[in-house]
Amino acid sequence: MIFESLQVDHAAFTRQTGWEIKPEGACKGTRCVPLPAAATAGGLVDVSILAERLRMPLVRDEEAGLWCLGPEAGGRALTDVQVPDFALPDLAGREFRISSLRGKKVLLVAWASW
Amino acid sequence: MWQELRSELYPQGLEIVTVALDTGGADVVRPYIEAARPEHPSLIDQAHLMDELFGIVNVPSGVWIDEEGMIVRPPETAYPHRPTFLDRPVPADATPEVAARIAAARKLRVEPERYLAALRDWVTWGAASRYALAPEVVLERSRPRPVEEATAAAHFALGQHLHRAGRPEDAVGHFRAAYRLQPDNWTYKRQAWSLLPEGQDPRVVYGSDWLTDVGRLGAEHYYPALEME
Repeated sequence: MIFESLQVDHAAFTRQTGWEIKPEGACKGTRCVPLPAAATAGGLVDVSILAERLRMPLVRDEEAGLWCLGPEAGGRALTDVQVPDFALPDLAGREFRISSLRGKKVLLVAWASW
Repeated sequence: MWQELRSELYPQGLEIVTVALDTGGADVVRPYIEAARPEHPSLIDQAHLMDELFGIVNVPSGVWIDEEGMIVRPPETAYPHRPTFLDRPVPADATPEVAARIAAARKLRVEPERYLAALRDWVTWGAASRYALAPEVVLERSRPRPVEEATAAAHFALGQHLHRAGRPEDAVGHFRAAYRLQPDNWTYKRQAWSLLPEGQDPRVVYGSDWLTDVGRLGAEHYYPALEME
């Protein structure tokens, strides 16, 4: 989750992290984490406050002028058995969404050329 | 690699989705996918999203998802048949290093028979299969994510981003950091090693390579023993 600025709009933050900004805080699935007012002051999300609240490490590359948020730390890689609804392209560049296979059993296999 | 199994199990309600974890994207994986001629979705994950979403640290890894979109087995080593590297002879003219790599690969623990028997059982019996794990077991068996590993993920993502932006020399520091913070993540380090220009030795740039790390770990531990039930 790469950011060029630590002040991003709500939609961009949600798209990158899956966390939605709601009146009750930052929410994902059934979990909501309360946020201080400063986290969303001026209509933008303060990524550094969110990083701390959501226990997501924030790494800086000074030279490139970029920030990167890691996944939530402290728990496990899977926090929910509901498969996250990701979409990835095939060779032709067509996006395939995993939820389009609802109703079938799926074996998801990660491989690599290296 | 998976097409034959797909032909067998698709009529019984199983779809296979393969995802290539490759920073190089379509150009790099095209020859493999075209040769495999898959009828199933064959996707490309340039950003290693799978590592982050599921805690995948080596390949090939399989995740089982039921009809309702629930994960019933977290990532584990998944081979559809006995891989050829287990029986590969050492050519007479192999350099000592190539010979050592082939010998190490032959010692890897791979259990396709057990994996496939369990998969077929699940396809037949669904939730009643003893290989379909309860939700709490799925979560417990997924990889712990301490702050070091979450930070490694951020460094790896920055390294990939910079590499793809045409700044491979700036990516190296982040790949080194990811390796230092999560040394047993084979997808991170093998990807980083593979991105070095031809002729550059990962041992020089990253202080290690596949053979060195496998030697340190013990080839038999490269793929953990399957815990099917």
